[in-house]
Amino acid sequence: MIIGLDVGGTHTDVVLFGQEGLIKEIKVPTDPADLFQSILHSLDEITSGVRFAEIRRVVLSTTLATNAIVQGQIPPVGMIVSAGPGLDPELFRTNPHYFTVSGAIDHRGREIRPLVENEIRGIAEVLKKEEIRHVGVVGKFSVRNPAHEVTIQNLLAGSFERIFTGHRIAGQLNFNRRIATAYLNTATYPIHRTFFQAVNRSLTEKGLNVPIYILKADGGTMSLESSMEFPGQTILSGPAASVIGSVAFAPADADTLVMDIGGTTTDIAVIRNRVPQLHPFGARIGGHRTLIRSLETRSIGIGGDSVVRIEGGNIRVGPERISAALAYGGTHPTPTDALFVLGKMNGGDRHKSLQGYQALAAGSGTDPEELARQVFEHACRGILAEANSLVDRINSRPVYTLQEIQEGNRIRPAHLLVMGGPASYFAEQIGKMVDFTVQVVPRCQVANAIGAALARTTCEVTLFADTEIGTVLAPEEDFEQKVGKGYTDQDALRTAAELLKKKARQMGAVMPELEIEVLERQQFNMVRGFVTTGKNIRVRVQVKPGLIMDCETVAARLAN
Amino acid sequence: MLKAKNRTGLVFFPAFDWAISPTHPEREERLLYTQDQVLEEGLFDIDGIVEFKPDTVSVTDIQRVHFCVPDVWSVATESHFISAGGAKTIGMAVLDGEVDRGFALVRPPGHHAMRVVHGSRGFCNINIEAVMIEFLRKAYGIDRVAVVDTDCHHGDGTQDIYWNDPDTLFISIHQDGRTLYPGSGFINEQGGPNALGTTVNIPLPPFTSEEGFLYVTENVVLPILADFKPDLVVNSAGQDNHYSDPITNMNFSAQGYAKLTEMLQPDIAVLEGGYSIEGALPYVNVGIILAMAGIDFSRVTEPDYDRLRIRQGAEVTRTIEKIAGVVLGNWRQREERREPLRRKAGIEERTRSVFYDTDGIRETQTEINRLCRDCAGAWQIASISDRGHRILAIHIPRKACNSCAQQGYDWFEAADTTAFPLVCLQDRTLNQFNQKKGSA
Repeated sequence: MIIGLDVGGTHTDVVLFGQEGLIKEIKVPTDPADLFQSILHSLDEITSGVRFAEIRRVVLSTTLATNAIVQGQIPPVGMIVSAGPGLDPELFRTNPHYFTVSGAIDHRGREIRPLVENEIRGIAEVLKKEEIRHVGVVGKFSVRNPAHEVTIQNLLAGSFERIFTGHRIAGQLNFNRRIATAYLNTATYPIHRTFFQAVNRSLTEKGLNVPIYILKADGGTMSLESSMEFPGQTILSGPAASVIGSVAFAPADADTLVMDIGGTTTDIAVIRNRVPQLHPFGARIGGHRTLIRSLETRSIGIGGDSVVRIEGGNIRVGPERISAALAYGGTHPTPTDALFVLGKMNGGDRHKSLQGYQALAAGSGTDPEELARQVFEHACRGILAEANSLVDRINSRPVYTLQEIQEGNRIRPAHLLVMGGPASYFAEQIGKMVDFTVQVVPRCQVANAIGAALARTTCEVTLFADTEIGTVLAPEEDFEQKVGKGYTDQDALRTAAELLKKKARQMGAVMPELEIEVLERQQFNMVRGFVTTGKNIRVRVQVKPGLIMDCETVAARLAN
Repeated sequence: MLKAKNRTGLVFFPAFDWAISPTHPEREERLLYTQDQVLEEGLFDIDGIVEFKPDTVSVTDIQRVHFCVPDVWSVATESHFISAGGAKTIGMAVLDGEVDRGFALVRPPGHHAMRVVHGSRGFCNINIEAVMIEFLRKAYGIDRVAVVDTDCHHGDGTQDIYWNDPDTLFISIHQDGRTLYPGSGFINEQGGPNALGTTVNIPLPPFTSEEGFLYVTENVVLPILADFKPDLVVNSAGQDNHYSDPITNMNFSAQGYAKLTEMLQPDIAVLEGGYSIEGALPYVNVGIILAMAGIDFSRVTEPDYDRLRIRQGAEVTRTIEKIAGVVLGNWRQREERREPLRRKAGIEERTRSVFYDTDGIRETQTEINRLCRDCAGAWQIASISDRGHRILAIHIPRKACNSCAQQGYDWFEAADTTAFPLVCLQDRTLNQFNQKKGSA
């Protein structure tokens, strides 16, 4: 049996999943002031009457890091940044204790300016005086040569509790995102560590000695232990959890849209052949653009509880939520009230909804039922437009080879999966507006927790070889080797695959066979003065997001 | 958060799977380090910098400019269609108002491609700027366009295409043709009789440095642009004036290119040459992008940049000042000098030889221009290549008067397809391309 738990902004959802399918599901309100108790209480409840020995793993998805970042409740940390020529690194300042230092590395990883060690020692003194205990170190092009980051780390060692270096956190090029990612990783570390050590302790005391996994923004898991290295990756895991929870119902060989219709917003994602699509660089959170692997999602301010207004004769839905639906004692009319007015939903005060729509319709000559129909259609159209715009964005992403242009490879949605409170009503309406099949995700009220429970461990390896210089480098893995002129992209791919397997195991992968996907494979002849002097090779491989079991099994078990 | 003062569009198409030949300067690796630098600098994350996916151009787009022998697909590859398409994408984004200006960082380049195309010259097959400009004229109704070519090699292809067009100002700043390919671009090349003066060549001596380039930009290029009042300024942004370029002899720098761009304020920049792929291109391109976007570029320098080391000598400065004076003088007298030529009416004929260095083809052209007071004048080129291709290319200009349009059709009707197995008529008034073929 597996426990999946997703602490959301309003609800905490927990499921117990086993051979027979969904054994138990619980939905309780989240106490934002005490996430710890929210987790423990719901775990207590889900495990009551269950033999602990039968539980194989617990997967947790929380808003801990997201909240800390968005609400600005992160502790002071130190950032040491070495840039060299280019944009002024001051432009990428993340926090008050942000220091730029000498030293520069170029695009091939060659040192162009040395570090000044005394400068770093001086900064270390300042940080110590300020009682800073955690430091992030980032250099431009450090993923091509981490030497400067490593030297700085060594100079700081012993004086600080934890130092994070940019090249270990992400392998892709993008200096400002590397700075932001290292900063968020460093700043969320103490919060994450304190919190999850406490969770771990409590579960151990309870006698629940099972592997604990944490869900990431890309919809994959990592072991609790690995999460201490990459706490920043735990952001935005909630929306990812829901998408993973719907993967089993997506067709194996088609593009699928996923809509999670909540009270305030609707989150939209794209699944291709049962693989959720990732953002090309990384998540954006609290004004930071990062290199944190995350699903490509869109959020639009239209949900069941969005406020409905008539402005200049036009219907406007959202973008904000002011109250619950009138039918549930709220103060403002909503799309949910429209469903009450139309007699589709029951269980609330339809009279209140009708009054609200009568007031909205007043003087327009439209009767309340007609207006309710229009409002609901308007909301559905708005969500659909946003979904189309997401698909357009993915399809208009630049490519850099003739082959990719010729292949086209456009996303063409053929199926729509809808989840969330009023999912069935939205599914029905949107189904009339599109020419693809529409389905409500089974068990969609807890799809997020199911997603957490069944998510596989994901990871990525970036490898870069320069046979003229004679090195192969996988910066995140702390891997560097000398190579000869005969090294090829085949060799690089083999090395990357080995590193990926190792990394996946370290992060807690349990699947017997890892499916490795090649994200990038490029090999360039380096020519200097009409003579080939070496090869420049770039390889990126991943374990893609998905489930730990095959989708048919999961779908069958959830259908019961 | 970093924000661009000018909304700036970028098309980046490095064609990582296309080369003229494995060790050719125009090969897969050319924009690799530029891509690394642009990605690491995070330029696509800057608010107001937008990356567009390149569109491709159509055969019709190419035939608005070129006469390809024997046909378009024989001289252009998919890569040329996308390279020109990248320029077109940027042009559309600018004229649609999606962005204020744009830069097409594409390859292969195009400024050596002339009206008649038998193959590749100076690594160019299709003139990507001209294809873009003529598309924009057709689609958006713009009229006056200025092309400022800052590639180190004379933009002889663009010059050839606009030789007879008084509505297109072509200014080329380049290394003196006596010392570099293609060996043209002298001060006295100023356009055909119907467009005398709107071709402006500024040949600079070897070892011209930042001061020299910025001097002619400020004292020659900007005043001429101010007089001409173009609807659109296009910069053919070749980057081989760089001090580290392996096939040229100039001393320009990333800082210099960025400053030049800041002064020129082009609506659209299109990458041309530049073969110092590690030492120059990554820094020059970042400099140009920042300058276009209106973002501080003062820290963008090459690792080995030393301003004093590349300073130009006093002799170079004196030569440049003298050239600038002559060029500006010619420009100011263009109307007086053009008028008597156009009044003569009748026909002007010239014969010349064109060498396609990349493909090793030699072509002989006999060009006939109809001198005209009312329009740019119809023209025809009888072209024969040493590969045995013979084409008669006839052009009716965009704003042709009735007589010139009639002349074009008369030439087309009268053409003998036994002498010229391929006869083409490019009628820009109707946006049509007609052909007749002999049985050869």
